[in-house]
Amino acid sequence: MKNTISERVADFLKNYPPFSALESGQLETLSYEVTIVHKENNSIIFSEKEAPHDCFYVVHKGAVALTKKGSTQILDICDEGDIFGLRPLLAHENYKLEAKAHEETILYAIPIKEFKPLALQNHRVGDFLIESFASNTRNPYSQKHRGKLYGITTASGDGGGTETKLLDLQPVRYSSDLVTCTEGTQIKTIANTMGKHNVSCILVVKEGLPVGIITDKDLREKVATGLFPITGNAKSIMTTPAITYPKELTVTQAQMAMMKSNISHLVLTEDGTTDTPAVGILSKHDVMVAMGNNPAVLLRAIKRAKDSKRLRGIRQNIVSLLQGYLDENIPIGLVSKIISELNDATIKQVIDISIKKMETEPPVKFTWLTMGSQGRGEQLLNTDQDNAILYENVPDEESEATRDYFLKLGSIISTELNTIGFEYCPAEMMASNPLWCHSLDEWKEVTTHWMGNPGPDEVLLSSIFFDFNVTYGEKALADQLSLHIFDNVKKFPQFLTHLASGALQNPSPSGFFRDFLVEQDGAHKDFFDLKLRALMPLVDAARVLILSHSVKSINNTAERYEKLAELEPQNKEVYLACSYASKALLKFRTKHGLLHNDSGRFIALDKLNKEEKIKLKRTFKTIKEIQSLIEIRFQVKTLLR
Amino acid sequence: MWPFSSKKQLELPPFWWEYEDGFHQKLPDKVQENTFVVWDTETTGFRLDRDRMLCIGAVKLMNGSIAVKDSFEVYIHQEHYDAESAEIHGILRKGKRERISELEALKLFLGYIKNHVLVGHHVMFDVNMVNAALRRNGLPKLKNKTLDTGLLYKRTLLISNVLQKKEKYALDELAEKFSISKKDRHTALGDALITAIAFLRIVEKLTPRNLKDLIKKQDPPKFGL
Repeated sequence: MKNTISERVADFLKNYPPFSALESGQLETLSYEVTIVHKENNSIIFSEKEAPHDCFYVVHKGAVALTKKGSTQILDICDEGDIFGLRPLLAHENYKLEAKAHEETILYAIPIKEFKPLALQNHRVGDFLIESFASNTRNPYSQKHRGKLYGITTASGDGGGTETKLLDLQPVRYSSDLVTCTEGTQIKTIANTMGKHNVSCILVVKEGLPVGIITDKDLREKVATGLFPITGNAKSIMTTPAITYPKELTVTQAQMAMMKSNISHLVLTEDGTTDTPAVGILSKHDVMVAMGNNPAVLLRAIKRAKDSKRLRGIRQNIVSLLQGYLDENIPIGLVSKIISELNDATIKQVIDISIKKMETEPPVKFTWLTMGSQGRGEQLLNTDQDNAILYENVPDEESEATRDYFLKLGSIISTELNTIGFEYCPAEMMASNPLWCHSLDEWKEVTTHWMGNPGPDEVLLSSIFFDFNVTYGEKALADQLSLHIFDNVKKFPQFLTHLASGALQNPSPSGFFRDFLVEQDGAHKDFFDLKLRALMPLVDAARVLILSHSVKSINNTAERYEKLAELEPQNKEVYLACSYASKALLKFRTKHGLLHNDSGRFIALDKLNKEEKIKLKRTFKTIKEIQSLIEIRFQVKTLLR
Repeated sequence: MWPFSSKKQLELPPFWWEYEDGFHQKLPDKVQENTFVVWDTETTGFRLDRDRMLCIGAVKLMNGSIAVKDSFEVYIHQEHYDAESAEIHGILRKGKRERISELEALKLFLGYIKNHVLVGHHVMFDVNMVNAALRRNGLPKLKNKTLDTGLLYKRTLLISNVLQKKEKYALDELAEKFSISKKDRHTALGDALITAIAFLRIVEKLTPRNLKDLIKKQDPPKFGL
């Protein structure tokens, strides 16, 4: 039996082991029995100690996090095509881990009743299962088997230590794109090849087997010093024999091996000896990335990434870095700088990748502007993407073709960003939207219109747009636009009043008795809206004040207040309090976002302890103060509302 | 009084009565407890008087799950044929697919949908298509409640004049927005599955209190409170 959907299911499954080993007839029958399950973010698929379901799961879209109860550490994340929840069914045990949707996820639930006979009949499927359970990884054939799946028995029960240890036991991810040469290759050619592939070492092979390795260090110490001529061959400078290891290597093992032989590259072969072909090279860099606790390493990994899938993986590491920083109480100002830097680098890399996907180079210079929280350097968690393209003026006859080019580029970039984990902006404020992709003159026109006719929409749009920050391309273009905006501030003094009035529109955070005001309705009933009621008033107030001083290129809210304190010593106290409050609130939001794997916008008040509540309330006082300051300064009251 | 009504009533086949009986049962109040039939039709064109259904595809959605086995896909034998639309859906008049009569298809379809809520992208078109087919076969109209993902999707977008909402959003746009593979576009069942996934995501965004609320959300939002 089959239908259009079962054909589609089969089409997907056939790409992944063990289903790839099934005959097409078997796969068809199996696919017909599948149930497609949709799981919302953070919804539980099965919990620890739960009796096994009658089916196991394959991730079709999204990601599933496997965790041990009482631990926030994620043991494994299953991506597209990964299987989970199978072993307990075969072993008739209860689940040993909790599986939770890490983002919105679509699963294929495969009934064990139909699958088991196939596993018994088809020895390749059986072998896969045996091997996968024996090696305790999800997919022994995959290059990126990260981590153990089932029943991790921790012998030593010492809290924090166990968790990092578990991480260290993860199999390491190595590069399987081997760059090779033969013993006779000229050194100059080797250097060129390494440069072209942007690698730090090259494998010397003879009849398909690894015989030696040449690294950057060899070129530096043996060739650049004049010890060997540049016309010499690979054999003369290679390190031989190459140190080889089997491909199933954990992070810790790899580290040990490198330390033991004092080398920075390991050659991975089929069986770990030099008698089998090499399958990959593991560099110290790979190991560092796997440890994921060093921004410099992550930054380099981002710059080396060749596709958005890889970048998506790196972003996971950025999140764990963030978690680490917060746990260690590192000042949030510094944390947000580092994370924003990494975010910026990611976006830059995405743009580079996307430009390569276009058929031609950009026709004129352009700037990629990020707006909103990322523009302000306050986006710590993955939230929406707000961005725009600004390009050089072009003659009329080319304007259409140029716009088409940048719109197409914009939509490629925004799709790729979405793949990495930046949600689409619900209001379509993205460069893929014709309203957010303009030449310099067009942007000048648009902003003039906003400032000259400041209705509620125009104020909203300006408040989002005026936090723009150059992420990629020609900074001079953005500077010209900034100058134009400041000119207009002087030309339309009314605009600031309207912007100030907009900043006062946010609902108040606390009620008459200094109680928290919570949401009355909707999905977040009885939650406190941290973004709308506490962060936005501060952000909006900072923007209007800084615009009135014509200060450009400071986007971060806390930094804006610091600058204001400098400019207006008489109000120093208020401004510094605001700076502190915005940092505290950002930290608050980030912590809660990490805890619940969401944007951290809505806070459940009953989950807060007394200290946190007091801290929050203290910021409210500051918010009231700054609001009355701008109300008086910009004479908002005189405005007919 | 209407001279034909009582006579016509008597001629209705048993499968219709069975379908109609199903509506004595109330639908569950909670969204999660409802079974939704998400469906799509492929037709020879857009004119209700002239064009015909070639294929009906549907899946059942219950608490976020879709059983592949329990999906519905029939190809219908039709006299009327339109070469232009064949380019879109790829259904040829003399294709290999097994085909059944329109009446048989309606019978199976009514038996499949029961009293469940019908969900579709621009669902009224499909409903009208089925109603036209029902009328040709001397049967009354569909009685099911309907949900249109096109209307519901609009409600997930921000309420602001800033965003120029389009009048209509095509299924392709939804698929893109929710990164759903468009591989089986323009097969009725494939489109039904895309619609089902888009529907799930939309419901998650809208968080309706109950079924009634969800149905109400299709209307344009009211201002001025």
